[in-house]
Amino acid sequence: MAVEGKAIDALGQFELHTALGAVGKSVGFTQSNLYMLIAASLIVAMMVWGMRARAVVPGRMQSLAESAYGFIDDMVLAQIGQEGKRFFPFVFTLFMFILFGNMLGLFPYAFTYTSHITMTFTMALIVFLLITTVAIALHGKKFLGYFMPEGAPMWLAPLIIPVEIVSYLSRPISLSVRLFANMMAGHVMLKVFATFVVMVGALGAVGPFVAVLPLAINVALIGFEILVAFLQAYVFAILTCIYLHDAVHLH
Amino acid sequence: MVEDRDSLNRRLKAARDRQGLDKPQAGQGGLPTSAWGFGLRAGVEVFSALVVGVGIGFALDRWLGTWPWLFLVFFVMGAAAGVLNIYRLFTPRDGARKD
Repeated sequence: MAVEGKAIDALGQFELHTALGAVGKSVGFTQSNLYMLIAASLIVAMMVWGMRARAVVPGRMQSLAESAYGFIDDMVLAQIGQEGKRFFPFVFTLFMFILFGNMLGLFPYAFTYTSHITMTFTMALIVFLLITTVAIALHGKKFLGYFMPEGAPMWLAPLIIPVEIVSYLSRPISLSVRLFANMMAGHVMLKVFATFVVMVGALGAVGPFVAVLPLAINVALIGFEILVAFLQAYVFAILTCIYLHDAVHLH
Repeated sequence: MVEDRDSLNRRLKAARDRQGLDKPQAGQGGLPTSAWGFGLRAGVEVFSALVVGVGIGFALDRWLGTWPWLFLVFFVMGAAAGVLNIYRLFTPRDGARKD
């Protein structure tokens, strides 16, 4: 599948197919949906099973669940402040869902649902709707003052307000494009170098020895991708927190 | 007792500050600050602002039939918003942490 007529097919891995046989076909259930379900069940299992013991000295699973909880709790408190407590479930769900999606995608034969812009943009849109709703609910009409910084001269308003509105509307796009582009670029690079291994490896006697080079690159890339998978989930979560801070405090 | 502890903490903090032992909080609110990270973020910010500007311009032009004027205006607006986004990226933001 990777090498078709001597061409590198790096994008085939992002194609959607229906999963779960005939049932999935009739309802349009794709492998992307399947991996979302797997990720969600793994997260729930980790939290429920991990916290089952409720030991004072946590075991392995419990400390995993506790550190995940503590990590986001710290982030929410540090970025939004005490009012941020009520957004903890939202940010935690978002972070874990993206993190598990990124990490699951690194397994062989797995599908990365965060590598589709439709998926990341939907999540960014949810964040965008939430921050706008929170800002309007908490501040009412004062929310409009967000687009006109205090102290700016009035005659500049026709220039500042459209620019601020465009800047505000660009948030969900930059949020989704960053995650999607990082995941997609990483998987394309992995596929390209993996194809090199196969292509070069087939080149006669020296082939297998030269093929070690792209293989070594792929080993390094996998490590890098694990870092990126965590980092992008972290960036998505912390930017959500920063936007929520802006919505709650309005500058 | 609590007061004692507070005053000890305060003096400890003052001493640590004098010696420069406490690293200042990262300005970007804990976002990764490597050169590559910054570069990619800046690129994405400009790109998305331009997309929004061009999108609004196109939509308004189709609605009002003023092609290409509003498209041009909002293209410039999008570019300005991109620069604004980058400016925000580099100015340290006042986080909620005040301890």
